[in-house]
Amino acid sequence: MASALPPYVGPMGKLWHYSFRFVCGLIFLFLILPILVIIPLSFNAEPYFTFSPGMLAFEPEAYSTRWYHDIINNEQWLFSIKNSFIIAFFATFLATGLGTLAALGLSRSNLPGRGAIMGILISPMIVPLIISAAGMYFFYSGVCIPPEWSFGMLEERACLTQSFPGIILAHAALGTPFVVITVTATLVGFDHSLTKASASLGASPTTTFFKIIVPLILPGVISGALFAFITSFDEVVVVLFISGFEQRTVPRQMWAGIREQISPTILAVATMLIIFSVMLMTVLELLRRRNDRLRGVQDS
Amino acid sequence: MAQVEAGGPMLDAAGVPLKVSLARAERRNRMRALGLVLPLLAFILITFVYPIALMVFRGVDNPTVSEFLPETAEMLRAWDGEGLPEDAVFASMAREFAKASKERTLGKVATRLNYELSGSRSLVTKSGRNLRRLKTEPTKADLVALDKRWNQPETWSVLKRLAEPYTLSYYLAAIDKTYNVDGAIVDQPESRQIYVALFLRTLWVSLLITALCVLLAYPIAYLMAILPTKTSNLLMILVLLPFWTSLLVRTSSWIVLLQTEGVLNDILVWTGIIGDDGRIQMIYNMTGTVVAMVHILLPFMVLPLFSVMKTISPTYMRAAKSLGATPARAFWTVYFPQTVPGIGAGSILVFILAIGYYITPALVGGRTGQLISNFIAYHMQQSLNWGLAAALGGILLAGVLALYWIYNRLVGIDNMKLG
Repeated sequence: MASALPPYVGPMGKLWHYSFRFVCGLIFLFLILPILVIIPLSFNAEPYFTFSPGMLAFEPEAYSTRWYHDIINNEQWLFSIKNSFIIAFFATFLATGLGTLAALGLSRSNLPGRGAIMGILISPMIVPLIISAAGMYFFYSGVCIPPEWSFGMLEERACLTQSFPGIILAHAALGTPFVVITVTATLVGFDHSLTKASASLGASPTTTFFKIIVPLILPGVISGALFAFITSFDEVVVVLFISGFEQRTVPRQMWAGIREQISPTILAVATMLIIFSVMLMTVLELLRRRNDRLRGVQDS
Repeated sequence: MAQVEAGGPMLDAAGVPLKVSLARAERRNRMRALGLVLPLLAFILITFVYPIALMVFRGVDNPTVSEFLPETAEMLRAWDGEGLPEDAVFASMAREFAKASKERTLGKVATRLNYELSGSRSLVTKSGRNLRRLKTEPTKADLVALDKRWNQPETWSVLKRLAEPYTLSYYLAAIDKTYNVDGAIVDQPESRQIYVALFLRTLWVSLLITALCVLLAYPIAYLMAILPTKTSNLLMILVLLPFWTSLLVRTSSWIVLLQTEGVLNDILVWTGIIGDDGRIQMIYNMTGTVVAMVHILLPFMVLPLFSVMKTISPTYMRAAKSLGATPARAFWTVYFPQTVPGIGAGSILVFILAIGYYITPALVGGRTGQLISNFIAYHMQQSLNWGLAAALGGILLAGVLALYWIYNRLVGIDNMKLG
């Protein structure tokens, strides 16, 4: 890369070239350093948030996995990890199903009022979370089931606030814009004559959908689902407003940890979340390549 | 197969004119498209749009007095508001105060009145308690004997305003205005004027964050655009990893880096730039909010800039240089103008996200780094003044939607790029 400098560049040009790259390097450092610094600190043997002299001298006893043991032995953390996965799974399922159908409809040019509909469907991504959370709090606290309607399943009045269905619905709403955007993007290059060909060869609409459309849009659907999953998995404002103790999620637990009793356990959880996001990113990149290949884009 | 009859319209296989059957097929397609979109549209309207409309409505809703003092409210609405109301209104209110005090609903009326007339909470609860103890039906004389404020026109003009089903007072409070005793709109007392300054501070901080994001994103997006794809893909990982990492993780890493006993201060002390007693307060103030938010929002600027720069052909710059332009001039007159759409798209996106941010200012903002969202949360969760929270939220929402509309006009939501 640095060798790309042509021979006719003068000393000023060289100076500019290298100082520009230096500045860029600093900016990349700004982006990545805060994330990298957390990983070694989560192995700190001392309950501090900074490198101890022992850590800097690479003494083995200055490092330990005690904060990871803390998580495994702490019921609250395990409980919140379980909750996060349950909520994110159902929210993703709902968001992906509804979002994919809508994107299929939106990609047909003859949809009346397309712009307005798109504007409404994307709005959960644009409206500040604090406003969404406040609105949902007012609404969900009023949607309740009295015990006599619950076929004996409830002993007292249950509302959507402080309930799993409430948070799942809220997170699904927040995740759908991502599904709509990614699937619509996949459908931009979609060749509609393929579905016509399939129909003319005698396939039923269902067969056409599963044999022709689904395999082609699958990369977009999966990356939309990943976005919806991470949106729910990382969301804390709505959870702060409408969840109760029973629905505590990982971000809610981290929020409490940062505000109340800050301990390096937070850093251990953070490290696990970083590894998790690296995994998600890898999956997404593989999907993007597959999508490009399917659509015949030259791999450069 | 279409059949053609001499002189007649073209018919399809079933003998229906082709025009009609085409229109029918198109209508069916439109309905099918609508049918696919409808489930999600209904879902978003019910679980998202309606709740937000409900919240905005709460900013003008004024049910307390009508609900808990129904007869008095009706009489007050009929009163012309001049001087003092008739004796019957006094008597009705004394009666309903006693009743509400017994049913423990008077506290809500007291809180509501207190928003408009400070110090009136104790006036209402005390009056209610005393009226409840009376053996006989309370009258005007009983009420007036309790506190001389009940005989002042100012108290009654406020009460009349509260008896109306809708109010502007929350929205007025959100822009530091209030009603005076005559019902005219005036400025709040100076010591209570905080929200206009807060809105301005939020705007200013969001602008600063947007500007910093442009400044930092431009060089790296440019570098990635001119490097070969293999290298720029590697660098892209450095942009996307923060983008995909949990917000709380990134915020806690800034706490780790910037706090007074944190990594950065330790390095500064160790290198001797500052003494151990001169550790710099870099977090739990406005600096912390700005630094952490620039880091969180930077990818939203890099991605649109990069996708615009990627399409600019390097031949333009070469042509400008070959025609004798200095590199700086070629950049400013040829390259930069072509990147303006990317700057615009990224800036609006970052600005929209910054203006409504809650988590990061709440965690690293300390006392001086709080933004408008934090005050909305405060009124939602601590002061429980939901009307004011709704009004502040309504104003913020209007601003964000206006920006969203501009963004949609300039960029188009369809063209939004993710990752």
